[in-house]
Amino acid sequence: MIEIKPNKCDFCGCCVGICPVDCIELREAEIEIIHDICIDCRLCEYICPIEVFEHVETAEV
Amino acid sequence: MWRQQKYDVIVVGGGPAGSTAAQYVALNGARVVLLEKDRDIGVPVRCGEAVSDEGLRIFVEPDPRWIKSTITRIQLVSPSGHEIEFDMKAKGYILDRRIFDYDLAQYAAQEGATIVTKAYVSGLLFDGDYVKGVKGQYFGEDFEISSKIVIGADGVESRVGRWAGLRTQLKMKDMESAIQKTVTGIDVDEHRFDFYLSRKRAPGGYVWIFPKGPHSANIGLGISGKYSKGKSAMRYLDEFLQEKFPNASVVSTFAGGVPCDKTLKKIVANGLMLAGDAAHMVNPMTGGGIIPGMRGGMLAGQTAADAIKKGNVSEKFLSQYEKKWHKIGGKNHERFYSIRNTIDKLTDEDLDGIAESVAKIPEEERTITKVFLKAVYKKPKLLYDVMKVFAGL
Ligand SMILES: Cc1cc2nc3c(=O)[nH]c(=O)nc-3n(C[C@H](O)[C@H](O)[C@H](O)COP(=O)(O)OP(=O)(O)OC[C@H]3O[C@@H](n4cnc5c(N)ncnc54)[C@H](O)[C@@H]3O)c2cc1C
Ligand code: SF4
Ligand code: SF4
Repeated sequence: MIEIKPNKCDFCGCCVGICPVDCIELREAEIEIIHDICIDCRLCEYICPIEVFEHVETAEV
Repeated sequence: MWRQQKYDVIVVGGGPAGSTAAQYVALNGARVVLLEKDRDIGVPVRCGEAVSDEGLRIFVEPDPRWIKSTITRIQLVSPSGHEIEFDMKAKGYILDRRIFDYDLAQYAAQEGATIVTKAYVSGLLFDGDYVKGVKGQYFGEDFEISSKIVIGADGVESRVGRWAGLRTQLKMKDMESAIQKTVTGIDVDEHRFDFYLSRKRAPGGYVWIFPKGPHSANIGLGISGKYSKGKSAMRYLDEFLQEKFPNASVVSTFAGGVPCDKTLKKIVANGLMLAGDAAHMVNPMTGGGIIPGMRGGMLAGQTAADAIKKGNVSEKFLSQYEKKWHKIGGKNHERFYSIRNTIDKLTDEDLDGIAESVAKIPEEERTITKVFLKAVYKKPKLLYDVMKVFAGL
């Protein structure tokens, strides 16, 4: 699962432009991933200029 | 109060594309409101702030209040440090976009446009298959506002087009992951743009030093999303600054994305138009998007006002705008894209080889064309693309 490290984002929109399923909500100073839609492709993590995203392995059910 | 008014056109985004679009809608007699999510127009600045004098003059007389430096020369630095300096044919500027963007919004307001900040647009309203307005939050409170046309000038993070079914997301290779620091307490040539081309320093992009006076500069870089996995733009820039300006003070830092793609084929739908970064209008070779954004905004605004007059906001009618854009910028835009892809194939050894042969051309005879001509010995396809660009200009 992709997560956002707190207090790191600069709200630049680069990840929003890349996300293939449009599941990143970006406001003036807020960012949120809509996890129901996210396909965990990690492109946002790879494009973010300042390493805001973190991929965490979710335990197998 | 803007929420109770009726508007023909809603513009989403208050950058150069949005303000220019609003200006030209209003100038041509239609009622327009511009909605910007941030507190201020022009802030935060996410830009190297470089423009050409020629480009600016298409729209306005350059105002000294906007200009931090006037540029007359370029220096290209190869991977191993060969420096090639040459005069520019026409001059350029480093702007202060906080003042510039604000003035563009003011021009729109003077023509009769309404500008609103702190208004975040979260979705579109539809009537059948026509876009009929937007919804969002103003200071956190929900609003809905209807219109005949929505112009999405919402930048690299654009979602307006996607909401209307246009495929606007960028491919990794076509997005530059970028970062810039404004640094001070350094010595720079205040009349020169410096570019470092090197895979090691900025794969799929370049490092820029854009002076803001003799002791400050915007120093930044972009790397292609093709190479950004594993090492972020921030790390590349920190390495560069550590090497070149270890004692600089950083007075501003920002992250950013630059869409270096061909303009989208489809930038209109029923009741909807896209302009600027939202439509991928940035010059894909240089990453310059201020002037292309203003041009897109102007053409979009003119067509929107015309559509309102004629009472026809169908995709078919609005596609005049698409055609005009592709006619004016289109072919060269595609060639710039192709040059970008060819430059991407040059290795650091290729770049050093080109620099060495260019260094043999006497400085007063050096032009950007000659630099490219040297480059084409390495990659013949570059010749074809470069010649087409210069032939088409
Ligand atoms: C690091 C970097 C360096 C650059 N350097 C240069 C340069 O030197 N020269 C040059 O010409 N270009 C440069 N560019 C490109 C240039 O900054 C952009 O192309 C230009 O700003 C595009 O203008 P625009 O109006 O399309 O978008 P923007 O200027 O990005 O404006 C879009 C606006 O829309 C608002 N918005 C977005 N979503 C919403 C929403 N949902 N609701 C309401 N408002 C919204 C945003 O807050 C923003 O204000 C650079 C870009 C970057 C990232
Ligand atoms: S790319 Fe990074 S800094 Fe930019 S908005 Fe996304 S998470 Fe924030
Ligand atoms: S992991 Fe992929 S789908 Fe999920 S937010 Fe990031 S880019 Fe979007």
